[in-house]
Amino acid sequence: MNSRRADCLWLALLFLVMIATTAVSIRFGAMEFSAHDMAAAVWGKLSGRGDLPLDQRIFMQLRVPRAILCLLVGACLGVGGTLMQALFRNPIVEPGLVGTSSGAAFGAALFYVFGALLKVNLGGWTLPLAACTGGVLSTYLVFALAHTRNQGRSSILRLLLTGLAINALFMSGIGFLSYVARDPQARSIIYWNLGTLSGADWNSVVVVGAATVVGLAFAVVCAKSLNALMIGEDEATALGVNVARLKWIVLTINVLMVAVATAFTGVISFVGLVVPHILRILRGPDNRFLILGSALLGATLLSVADLIARTLLRPAELPIGIVTAVVGVPVFLSLLRSREYLS
Amino acid sequence: MLTATDLVFRAGSRALIDHVSARFEPGRLHLIMGANGAGKSTLIKLLTRLERPHQGHVLYDDADVTRFSERSLAQRRAVLSQAVEVAFSIPVRELVLMGRYPHFGARPGAGDLEICDEVMRFFDVTDMADRSYGTLSGGEKQRVQFARVLAQIWRPLGDSARYLFLDEPLTFLDIRHQIDFMEKVRTFASQTDVVVVGVVHDLNLAVRFADRLLLIHHGNILADGSTADVLTTENLRTAFGVSPVLLTNPATGNAHLVVESRNGDT
Repeated sequence: MNSRRADCLWLALLFLVMIATTAVSIRFGAMEFSAHDMAAAVWGKLSGRGDLPLDQRIFMQLRVPRAILCLLVGACLGVGGTLMQALFRNPIVEPGLVGTSSGAAFGAALFYVFGALLKVNLGGWTLPLAACTGGVLSTYLVFALAHTRNQGRSSILRLLLTGLAINALFMSGIGFLSYVARDPQARSIIYWNLGTLSGADWNSVVVVGAATVVGLAFAVVCAKSLNALMIGEDEATALGVNVARLKWIVLTINVLMVAVATAFTGVISFVGLVVPHILRILRGPDNRFLILGSALLGATLLSVADLIARTLLRPAELPIGIVTAVVGVPVFLSLLRSREYLS
Repeated sequence: MLTATDLVFRAGSRALIDHVSARFEPGRLHLIMGANGAGKSTLIKLLTRLERPHQGHVLYDDADVTRFSERSLAQRRAVLSQAVEVAFSIPVRELVLMGRYPHFGARPGAGDLEICDEVMRFFDVTDMADRSYGTLSGGEKQRVQFARVLAQIWRPLGDSARYLFLDEPLTFLDIRHQIDFMEKVRTFASQTDVVVVGVVHDLNLAVRFADRLLLIHHGNILADGSTADVLTTENLRTAFGVSPVLLTNPATGNAHLVVESRNGDT
């Protein structure tokens, strides 16, 4: 079909833009690399030379994994936003809505304040693990509280409102922890809540990459059923969709992608909200396009945000969550005002 | 053939459907009537498997409805409800194509697109095909929804009857479109492998179009049969608390109901 070919062209275009953005992004930062430096570093790494010069080591061990992690996290947040908006049938929904990211942030805050008391030491894995556990547990809490025996058509609304309440609870918990924490820890909590990719390494790339691939694969399979959900839960059921199972699968994918991404980078706002909006304006609400498109566009936008975060106050670094919010809010508001979109 | 045996459905301790049994035959238009809260919509939900009964069975041909997978049920059974809210602005053609979702995998086949064109022509919505659903009027939306629902069961299946359920489909239509719509339903229902069960509120439309009427009262079937048998003064007084007068239109010979008073004590 004609629109299918157009979808493919759009996806190809988004992919090219993503690659171009990444290519620019890995050049600039606290250090600048020329194309020649980058090629030398990659070649040195691939040919297994152990004694790369310092700048090439920086490039291969910091800059490149950071760029890749940025793409993966952006993809996770974009797809999470698309999934949540489709599932809740509401364009003003963020992937963190069911409590995932505030729970992850609370887990991280707990680690910053009490981590020193832990007997077990998992090194660099402790913080991501604490955050991921917090994200999964808080999401589970939202579900347990929103679940009643009489699952009527209000079940999704109840889930949404329970998510809001639990988010508020965890945010105040984080507030309390940063209030009682000593200064450096309190700063760490705040910094983490604003999101940062500065902890990126190849380990985080592997973990987040696995979550992205698995989540994206399941999301693509669910796309058609999510389209049917646009016309309502009963109508989707009449069209042969097992709505209870669909909800369960989609929410699991979302928790997987968002909890894992947040665990390594902290809370990054607005990407999950804005990306599906932009694509819906460009191409309409077909989830078969939106899911793949939001992975690509989410990755691109977060790369741009990270580039800004790294270069604006060079050599210091801005938390990326500030950049996404400052860029995202005006974009979001102007989208809301654009005609026809919400009608 | 659609058979319901001894259906019971409760909300809390209250029985919304209280031991209802009925048979619905292909090729005829069955209409269900009753006061608000009588249990019409609940009965439709049970017959379509959108809700499971606490007791009793629903059989499609001779197969218990609980035995179908979601998808194979959706290939033979379509439901139009009174107000469908579409969450995002989607082109009319895409919406109608959703009716074919149970029939294709990732992408629609040529047959699916052909069926969409046919139903859109049948409901006179072809020239809206590329418009966004959100920009349509209430009546246009309802016609597009009906096109979607009929796309689901447009062609005979061979090995199974097709089942169409309508839950107060006329709510947003003006009088001309109501009649137009009911005529289309009757055309569709005249096929020998199609079972149609609908809920309507307008007594006069029911008189004019029903092959068989079921009058529901307090979760029970109060009367079941031809319109003349069901719409008696006694039945209407019990079911709705009104007193009707049946008049004959001298021009057409059609029967029309006029309601005399609200509490039926004339």
